Amino acid sequence: MSGPSSYVPKSDLEKWLDTRLPIVRFMNDTLVDFPTPKNLNYWYTFGGILAVCLVSQIITGIILAMHYVPQIDMAFNSVERIMRDVNYGWLVRFMHSNGASMFFLAVYIHIFRGLYYGSYKAPREILWGLGVIIFLLMIITAFMGYVLPWGQMSLWGATVITNIVGAVPFIGDSIKTWLLGGFAVDNATLNRFFSLHYLLPFVIAGVVVLHIWALHVPGNNNPTGVEVQDVKKETLPFHPYYTIKDAFAICVFLLIFAGFVFFGPNTLGHPDNYIPANNQVTPAHIVPEWYLLPFYAILRAITFDILIIDAKFGGVIAMGGAILILFALPWLDSSKIKSMRYRPVARMWWFAFVINFLMLAVCGAMPAEPPWTLISLICTVFYFAYFLVVLPVLGVIEKPQTPPASIADSILQSHKKSAGVSAAAVPAE
Amino acid sequence: MSATNHEVAGEAGEPTRRDMIHVATGAVAAGGAAMLAWPLINQMNPAADTRALASIEFDVSKVAQGSQTKIMWRGKPLFVRHRTAEEIAQGKKDDGAELKDPQTDDQRTMQSNEQPGKPEYLIMEANCTHLGCIPVGLAEPGYIGEFGGWFCPCHGSHYDTAGRIRKGPAPKNLYIPPYVYTGGTVVKIG
Repeated sequence: MSGPSSYVPKSDLEKWLDTRLPIVRFMNDTLVDFPTPKNLNYWYTFGGILAVCLVSQIITGIILAMHYVPQIDMAFNSVERIMRDVNYGWLVRFMHSNGASMFFLAVYIHIFRGLYYGSYKAPREILWGLGVIIFLLMIITAFMGYVLPWGQMSLWGATVITNIVGAVPFIGDSIKTWLLGGFAVDNATLNRFFSLHYLLPFVIAGVVVLHIWALHVPGNNNPTGVEVQDVKKETLPFHPYYTIKDAFAICVFLLIFAGFVFFGPNTLGHPDNYIPANNQVTPAHIVPEWYLLPFYAILRAITFDILIIDAKFGGVIAMGGAILILFALPWLDSSKIKSMRYRPVARMWWFAFVINFLMLAVCGAMPAEPPWTLISLICTVFYFAYFLVVLPVLGVIEKPQTPPASIADSILQSHKKSAGVSAAAVPAE
Repeated sequence: MSATNHEVAGEAGEPTRRDMIHVATGAVAAGGAAMLAWPLINQMNPAADTRALASIEFDVSKVAQGSQTKIMWRGKPLFVRHRTAEEIAQGKKDDGAELKDPQTDDQRTMQSNEQPGKPEYLIMEANCTHLGCIPVGLAEPGYIGEFGGWFCPCHGSHYDTAGRIRKGPAPKNLYIPPYVYTGGTVVKIG
């Protein structure tokens, strides 16, 4: 929450600096004294976890780029050389490839947290929209990164996804050729994907700065969805209260991350990507990385023409729409209550939405045959209905519970409850 | 900045000399930016060596009847299938079937100079018109679909013995590259 700065420069150097470049003041106001609601739970630690993921990806990525060769005859072998010959290359590469998975795991939890507690609602629409941009950039970056090892899934995944662009009427083919730098996915494509894969994480970092800026104007949402009214009673300084909470969550998260890196480094990958790319043989079953499966399922769900839009372009519109619709969410959800803690009916729909999303992921991993084609279509319809029908209508017809008058009230209530429980427990001892 | 004497001179909404200079400067800057942007955008289009990939020549008699081969053209594979009499008959019979992308069997073997080609040789781009996977045909083991031609394992498109889309998400028949027979069984593609 931006307010008057509480920073008082102590040393002469700080005073001198503060009138020239008030960077210490800035760091203090953002990372130390920043007033944070007292009642944030562990679902709110994923922002910090995501920051760690981005830094980890950038560091390991820069190291990999020192050893990787973006040339179709050498790319696959250079990755194998990193795995076998470069000192600790295997570790850096597995941290990078599994790091992408952990990044997406964290971002999905972060997004669903936002959906549950209504973190996208006024005055946080811009904050939410910037988050969607980051998510979109992450998808593009991850897709390009997956092409770089130049295995079978790299080549054919790239072919399928760039053909999506070709589905755009009239100009699609020219755009596709422009993106590929040729008539098929080839050396030119690999080169530019490497260049852009290196660039985009820094663009993400830039948007993250805007995201945090937009967060620090209204301040954090919280599980009650009630805005802070009394900064003194209802907030704590970010440091040490939330730095320590985030640090603990980061440690637990890194344990899971390390579990994958050391005990199942290929669990989340596809074995076909250890076959060098061959442009004459398509793998029997092309699947993207697990974190893109739900959107891949939506792409494949449209197998019929809709009026003048053919099935191919229809799938493309559905897949793009599935992400772009998130931008409109703040204006689609008509409820005045932010947190689903006080919206019992909406809460059920939220759980259904999560299960539906997981189901889409399953569909994306399955071959495009009955019954999966039908299930994909049903799940796709529900995905859009949640945003276009359920949330707009529910806000009008549901009877929500009354949220606490303030964060302080909700804390007092939960104290009373737990006090009652411990009082009842005492005689039993 | 505001209300300088230059602006006062432009009362009653009359454009001033200064407005003219602003517009002219802006136009030059925009034009310059657009001209600079074009090379930066166009560099991503296929380079001269990629475009210069010459057309190729291929002797179709190398393909035995009832089999198929793949050759490379412009960095992507082509199917050359030597069809049996039954397959041609089936293709002609299906001219009247309900087709998503209607083309007769004769049109499928037409040369690019509009002359009829050789009905036994079907020359097509090997990429599924849906998302570019390579359909499974006679050359490798596997299911070749309900219509005896090709089956794309990625998203389930079925092609018939003339390479026409019959079932599944692909919108078009397999593309025919431009080609002419230059003499006997030698064909020039591209």
